[in-house]
Amino acid sequence: MPQTLFEKVWNSHKVTEIDGRTLIYIDRHLVHEVTSPQAFDGLRLNKRKVRRPDLTFATMDHNVPTNNRSLPIVDQISAIQIKTLETNCKEFGIELFDLHSPYQGIVHVIGPELGITLPGTTIVCGDSHTSTHGAFGAFALGIGTSDVEHVLATQCLVMDKPKTFEIRVDGKRKHRHAVTAKDIILSIIKRIGTAGGTGTVIEYRGEAISDLSMDERMTVCNMSIEAGARAGLIAPDAKTFDYLKGRKYTPKNYDELVESWKANLVTDNGAKFDKVFTINANDIVPQVSWGTNPAMTSDVTDMVPHPSEYAKGNKSEEDAAKKALEYMDLKPGTQITDIKIDRVFIGSCTNARLQDLIEAADVIHGRKASPNVRVMVVPGSQQVKKQAEEMGLDKIFQDANFEWRESGCSMCLGMNPDILLRGERCASTSNRNFEGRQGTGGRTHLVSPVMAAAAAIAGHFVDVREWF
Amino acid sequence: MEKFSKVSSTAIPLDRANIDTDQIVPKQFLKLVQRTGFGKFLFHDWRFDQGGQQKPDFVLNDPKYSNSHILVTGENFGCGSSREHAAWALKDYGLDVIIAPSFADIFYNNCFKNGILPIQIPRNIIGELMHTVSKIEVDLEHQTIKYDSKIIQFAIDDGRKKTLLEGLDDIAVTLQYQEKIALYEKSHTL
Repeated sequence: MPQTLFEKVWNSHKVTEIDGRTLIYIDRHLVHEVTSPQAFDGLRLNKRKVRRPDLTFATMDHNVPTNNRSLPIVDQISAIQIKTLETNCKEFGIELFDLHSPYQGIVHVIGPELGITLPGTTIVCGDSHTSTHGAFGAFALGIGTSDVEHVLATQCLVMDKPKTFEIRVDGKRKHRHAVTAKDIILSIIKRIGTAGGTGTVIEYRGEAISDLSMDERMTVCNMSIEAGARAGLIAPDAKTFDYLKGRKYTPKNYDELVESWKANLVTDNGAKFDKVFTINANDIVPQVSWGTNPAMTSDVTDMVPHPSEYAKGNKSEEDAAKKALEYMDLKPGTQITDIKIDRVFIGSCTNARLQDLIEAADVIHGRKASPNVRVMVVPGSQQVKKQAEEMGLDKIFQDANFEWRESGCSMCLGMNPDILLRGERCASTSNRNFEGRQGTGGRTHLVSPVMAAAAAIAGHFVDVREWF
Repeated sequence: MEKFSKVSSTAIPLDRANIDTDQIVPKQFLKLVQRTGFGKFLFHDWRFDQGGQQKPDFVLNDPKYSNSHILVTGENFGCGSSREHAAWALKDYGLDVIIAPSFADIFYNNCFKNGILPIQIPRNIIGELMHTVSKIEVDLEHQTIKYDSKIIQFAIDDGRKKTLLEGLDDIAVTLQYQEKIALYEKSHTL
């Protein structure tokens, strides 16, 4: 029977059945400081070991300050969490890329760039944005701390098979420099909703998806969770195989593996998906979120909608939109391009890879940030930082008064010193515009790196298509 | 984990869709390295004002729900971050049952790991439960909810039901299959 790519990966990782559920083998486990301490404690309490420390990799990213690395961490509770990860990795024999490692970075940026992420594998991490790794044709999913402990102890997860969801993005993007992977995924979430993918694994297909670079594919897969999906993936192709060749942890028999991946890691002709959604890339324009979840997003050419118009008759959505506008201090009917901003954040596991930074720098053209706007550029990893500096991007940003910082999650989630103050409004390349996400009382607008850089210069949102 | 038994209490109506785990436990409370004591952070920014005083208009602060063990809420509850701290906070606060039209996947799974029963039922019944002032009785074994002299059935996966009813340590269960795992590893070396 014809199978989808996801079904093939699922079937090849079945170990056994337990009480009608499936025991799935996990090929790679990524660990960070926030969701792991309680899992390691559980192991100690029950005198259990890590079954496969060789398949487990750790780094610290959420709590990490992104200023000078030689300074001590001021927040003592963050310092304890970071220290705890060091102690746990040492005790259980897990490789750790610590604050002084040239490989440190956001866990979903370093996995691919170190070749830990591989096509056709199963990958987990105690972080919902693990879906990022699906860009390589892996089944990659976020899990809670109890499951982190379960994987540490058994290298397996007990799961129910998710349903399959095909999202086709046909056609080609117009204005390729201005309409990005971020706009594709925000457009999809806007249409299918934040629960549109619940219970499913999405496979992104179609011409506009094949056309994307690996960095761009990671942006798309990264936000699968914002549509509620268990995971999102894209079939690997020549771009995927070229990207992973020769990386630090790429297996020695790589060429052999590529041959088998080429033969197997595709959705067969005639395979049926449980759900299908299609969008045309021609119709996509730059996106800006206006509310407090990623589906509350509009075209940059639009106005902030009326809650009733947004909700289309759904009472609880209408209430949510009302509350969102109140929190965001926005009035229906306001042109998106009239919204002024105080801060800009270019970073996160969604948009802090090299291509994101190159594209953001390209927007600047010798101009400077608006005097009222504070701009932070936070590379996703130490390797991205180094590559960007070799290209002189740090100079371009600094000349424009954009701050150039050390790698980490930074202002995506406000667990480290990079936060919004109450009432501040931010154009952010991150993935969540939830209330308080970037700092209590802070207001987040999700955009692409080019839209963020342009807003930094103009002091308000602009249709970046007009800048190219 | 403790065995899950019947739960009978008033139900807290929190009528809002898409409540994300950032609201259930805001990020500033994720820095602790233990699993306990998160109840006081539950819905922190909705429950307390900037001075740390309870906001009287937030439903959890209504004294008539101070002994409730059941939360009734809107679609897609628990979306966003995978933080299990959300489940720890709900449980530590005293909530054993969450009833909603739908749940986000990771949160749903995290509930079972912490002795919380998430029940998915249609929106119209949610509406009735939100307006029920008397006690609601949830019986996992028989998969029923009793309210206002009505009884309705809810669906739940047998394996997950067993985990809750027996209070199983699921790692111990999986470790019984170690030979199968080792066998799998032999034929699969990536």
